[in-house]
Parts: sequence; structure tokens; C-alpha cells
Amino acid sequence: MPLKIAVASGKGGTGKTTVSVNLQYFISKSLTDEVLLVDCDVEEPNDRIFFPDSKTTSTLEVTHAIPEIDRNKCLFCRKCVDYCEFNAIVVIPPAHFAEINASLCHSCGACSVACREGAIREKPHPLGKITTVNTGIGEGIVEGRLEVGSAMQTLMIKELKKNVSKHHRDADSDEIILFDAPPGTSCPVVETIADVDYVILVAEPTPFGLNDMTLMVELLVEMGKPFGVVINKAGLGNKEIYSFLKEQEIELLGEIPFNKEYAGKYAEGKLLQNIDPHARRCYSDIVTSIERRLLQDEGINYFKW
Amino acid sequence: MKTLITSTTSTPEGPFDKRFGRAAWFCVLDEKTGESTFIKNENAEGQSGIGTKTAEKVVELGVGKVISGDFGPKAKKLLDKFGVQMVIINEDLKVIDIINRIKG
Repeated sequence: MPLKIAVASGKGGTGKTTVSVNLQYFISKSLTDEVLLVDCDVEEPNDRIFFPDSKTTSTLEVTHAIPEIDRNKCLFCRKCVDYCEFNAIVVIPPAHFAEINASLCHSCGACSVACREGAIREKPHPLGKITTVNTGIGEGIVEGRLEVGSAMQTLMIKELKKNVSKHHRDADSDEIILFDAPPGTSCPVVETIADVDYVILVAEPTPFGLNDMTLMVELLVEMGKPFGVVINKAGLGNKEIYSFLKEQEIELLGEIPFNKEYAGKYAEGKLLQNIDPHARRCYSDIVTSIERRLLQDEGINYFKW
Repeated sequence: MKTLITSTTSTPEGPFDKRFGRAAWFCVLDEKTGESTFIKNENAEGQSGIGTKTAEKVVELGVGKVISGDFGPKAKKLLDKFGVQMVIINEDLKVIDIINRIKG
């Protein structure tokens, strides 16, 4: 089975993308070239921006089924309304009105089960696009991009993961799949990390960073996921995050110092061009920490030496 | 015509609720008879789609005018569809103050 690692953060803007893109690069250089990056930040996927010479190899349009009510068949019994967990169905019997609100519908199919009259029929609606990109680094990128205006991030991530596992399910492979998670600790993040083997938390040493990382730590403990922390922008803020990690006995995988020049390179999309020796050392250390940690956890099955 | 006023409590003396879908109570005023009744909003604590749900309730009650602090886009669309007039009040008032204004 491929080894699945998610890069998550809690707080936005801590450096998930920076770490994901660099990790893929350094893993491909020092561990294995079979490393795929999956951009799960489906509301604004941006991993591929850092690969200006990348080429799209395939694009897949994804749809989800939205039910529609045929008012000629509908008895206005409101059974579908009772079944709908998301209040997406409006039925007003005296007005002979029945309608499904596509933006609230989660495509769960419950209303189709509820309706005995055959008044509900499902129709495909665009959900987003899954794009496979050849970047020249490892196995490239697979990116999910949610349709503008849609609120179905979790469903889009589910489809993205399904697509990835369809193409990467070789039981004997020592492939590594990196999942760049969306920010926050809500459903889309839970969906991204639900079946990964390991989570890398990217945190920044500020009061906000610590607060949001704590939320993420609570989530990961509840989900029983092994994880370690990378501190990005080290040198900013205060030292509280370090005391927290020590107190909770959480492994610090590595630190990336705050550096204005580096931030500038990110803004220009030039993260992987002329990587300075210092950043190179930081990421190599992180890869080594992760490798060591995984060897401890899972034995030597994952890597061929 | 019936008018619905969103309310934080079940009495006319209580403050008017500026939230539409998540108002705690609804005061339904019958402008013909001048009588008002209070209905508890059972969806106030729901997860999502509360505005739509409440608009559905308004139409079911046969209300022609709704007075609240604001209306979300989905509720607005549905109320518009059924020709329900929406009135927005931004002042901190008691429900009784609004009733008195209507009665003139």
C-alpha cells in the first residue's frame, strides 16, 4: 500500500503549501521518486503554481447528483423534508409548492428513499474538476478544484481521494502520497486526513498559531492519528508553542526560520528555484525526522534501501 | 392580513429579535382582529437551511408581511416567490412597540 501523509495546520497561512511542495521535492530527491502530491485545498488549490513548467495530463469533470421534485407526481406529504438532514427541501402543501435547494443539498440520496411516489429524480450537477499535472517532480500533482459557488468541499475531497486511490492502489508499492489539506479543523480537513497513516502539522509560533494548532492536536488525538509538528516562521511570535509541544510530548519534526526573502520567493511562485542551503538543510532534516518516525512506527516495510 | 414579527420571548413586552431564521419566537399579528399569538421557533438551533425552513413556515401560516432585522438570500428568494412583504427594522424595540406602530 502507498504510504499516505497529510500536511495540515488548523490556522490558515502557516505554510502547508510551502511544506507540501518542498517535502515532495526533497522526498523525490532523497527517498523515492514515487511521490505524489494531492492538493486537497479544493477551494483554492495552488500547489501547481510553484511548477511553472508543469503540463496538465488529464482533466476530469466531477458531478454530484442533485434531486429534483416532479410536482405533478408529488403528494406534498413532506416525508422527504423529514428525511433531509440539511433542510434543503421546501414543501408547502397549501401552495402545492415543492423544491430542492441545490446549494444546501449534500447528495445523500435520503429523499429518493423517502419518496414512494417516484416524484424525486436525481440529476447530475457540476461539482468540480480533478486535474492531473506532470511537474517533473516525483509523480506530479493531482488537484481538486471545487466549482465556484459550491459549498460541497468535503464531497469534492472525497471524489479526489477516490480518483487518487483508483490510480494508486498497488499493494506492493512503496509510493508516498502527500495530501495538502485545507486550513481549519472542520469536515473537509477530517475527510482529508481520515485514512492517512501520518499527519504533519505545520504551525507558527504565534498566539493564534498555538491556539489553532491546539485545536488540530485535539482533533488528531480524537481520531487516533500519529503526527508530528513542523514549526514554520520560527523566530516570530513567542516561545509558548515550544513549551506546549514539550508538555504534550509532541515530536518537533523540524523548524523553518522566518525569512522575508523566502516569503518573497513564495509570493513570486519561485519556492523551488535556487533553494538556499539553509532551507535545503531544514527540509532535509524534516524528511529525515519523518523517515525515522515512520520506521519506528511501521517497521521497515515502507522503504527499500 | 397576518404579520409575523420575530421575537426573543413569548410576550409582547419582550425585545424584538433581529434574526429571522434563528429568532426564538414568532409573534403572529392578525391585523383585522388585532390579536397576536406567539409560536415557538422549533428550528432556531438547527444546523443549516434555517432561513428557508422559516420562510416555508411563514408561507404555511398564510402571513403576508414579515418584520425582522434582516433576511438571508435563500429566505428572501422564497418569500419573494410567494409575494410576502419583508420589512427590516434596525432599532432595538419591544415587540409591543412594533405592534403599536402597525395599529397606528
